Amino acid sequence: MARAIVNVPARAKRGEIIEIKTLAAHPVETGFRRTQLGELIPRDIIRRFVCTYNGAEVFRVDLHPAVAANPLIAFTTVATESGTIAFQWAGDNGYAVTETASIRVE
Amino acid sequence: MTTRREFLVLACGAASVAAATKVRAQIDPNQQALRKAAMQEALRRVVGDAPVRRGRVKLELPPLIDNGNSVPLSVAVESPMTPSDHVKAIHVFTEKNPLPDVVSAYLGPRAGRARMSIRVRLADTQTVLAIAQLSDGSFWSDSAEVVVTLSACLEEGLI
Amino acid sequence: MTTRAARLFLAVSAARLFVEPAAAGEIPLPERRSSYEFMSRETRAMQDDDTGNPGTLWVLDGEALWKRKAGAADRACSDCHGDARESMKAVAARYPAFDPARGRPVNLEQRINACRVGRQKAPALAYESKDLLGLTAYVARQSRGLPIAIAIDGRTRPFLEAGRERFFRRQGQLNLACAQCHDDLWSGKLAGSPITQAHPTGYPLYRLEWQGLGSLERRLRGCLVGIRAEPYAYGAPEFVDLELYLMWRANGMKIETPAVRP
Repeated sequence: MARAIVNVPARAKRGEIIEIKTLAAHPVETGFRRTQLGELIPRDIIRRFVCTYNGAEVFRVDLHPAVAANPLIAFTTVATESGTIAFQWAGDNGYAVTETASIRVE
Repeated sequence: MTTRREFLVLACGAASVAAATKVRAQIDPNQQALRKAAMQEALRRVVGDAPVRRGRVKLELPPLIDNGNSVPLSVAVESPMTPSDHVKAIHVFTEKNPLPDVVSAYLGPRAGRARMSIRVRLADTQTVLAIAQLSDGSFWSDSAEVVVTLSACLEEGLI
Repeated sequence: MTTRAARLFLAVSAARLFVEPAAAGEIPLPERRSSYEFMSRETRAMQDDDTGNPGTLWVLDGEALWKRKAGAADRACSDCHGDARESMKAVAARYPAFDPARGRPVNLEQRINACRVGRQKAPALAYESKDLLGLTAYVARQSRGLPIAIAIDGRTRPFLEAGRERFFRRQGQLNLACAQCHDDLWSGKLAGSPITQAHPTGYPLYRLEWQGLGSLERRLRGCLVGIRAEPYAYGAPEFVDLELYLMWRANGMKIETPAVRP
């Protein structure tokens, strides 16, 4: 499965506030659903999302079962310097995904 | 909740009349009371005894929702986002979901703006609460009412 | 369903439901409206933005599968078909299409599997599997924005008629025909949800109710269960005939794959 889509502007002016949009592929099984035979489907969710900018954490989310499947998470950050913006999702059953995007800041 | 949805499937056609006049789904009142208490408890864990003031926070949700499985939610907080005056965290709670916590987002001056959007699940017509924790230790809040309609012909578990 | 409930239902639904649905013409082209128009602003926004549309995840999957060698023939789709953006353009807009090998129309999923088995010498992909959905979504995506163009000739006419007959036939415990809601009562509501004209313009699509991508057949199985009828098996001729009719009934409307629907 395509693991995630991230949308980061390729370039920005120093000090500009940029919008970042991310979409992760994950069923986010709440643990409250049942099969047609009545069995509980076990919880399997994303627990944490972290965004780092050249290694420094700039945004973090703790997620709970109330998050939708294939969730969109959008936020802003200040374009401070050129480099790599990295995104990490972690969750149940060893779920761990990392995506990166480069940004040129002038 | 499964029982209620199954009932709706069985009575899909027959219930269309009854349901049309009673679009808001109803959770058993005992469950409702328990979940409301759970939200207060979750709120207390974050806020402690500190007062929570209404204002500065803007929680945006569509008032009428196509499907409670995926609802776009946005929170924006008025803040200069400087090192001395910024939003440290944004917490979102619900009063009728099986669990009260939705998300907790942690920001800082590097965010530029105290704003975030996410897609969430809402189990029922209810009030959603957003709490912002500022760098000076104060708490601010906003709430939004949403109406969640269920799909006409539910197919839970059917592939 | 109790007799009391049945009487109540029938009474409120008015005499229309007692009368055989008029086998009149389909919805005229200028009046055809996509289900997109019946959704909330927010759900439409989800469809419009590729980077926020969860269906894109499956399209990207399909793109990767398109280039992957498979089967005993060790062949990728791209080995024969090259760049899908060129070769698959307008293909989904004319499916279901007649397959001379089978002597009947097949849908896009069946066409893809025919290539898998016949050309790649690989096992067929299961209906609603991640891979088949990905490939179908990727192929259909190449028709986005193009008008549906089902051409009917002597070979396909009998199947179109079979599909139309099925659309107008009462089925299930609720004894409802598709036409009664989707031709006669669209723009009304059923328990709070809008009744659409039921045009399959965006399949496979991301349905919020499923929290995932699914095919037209998956959606139709949901309809059949809704009217308490036995759902047809995936790939059944009854289904493909109905899909042919539905697509033909939507001729001229733009493909929206991957659409988002509640």
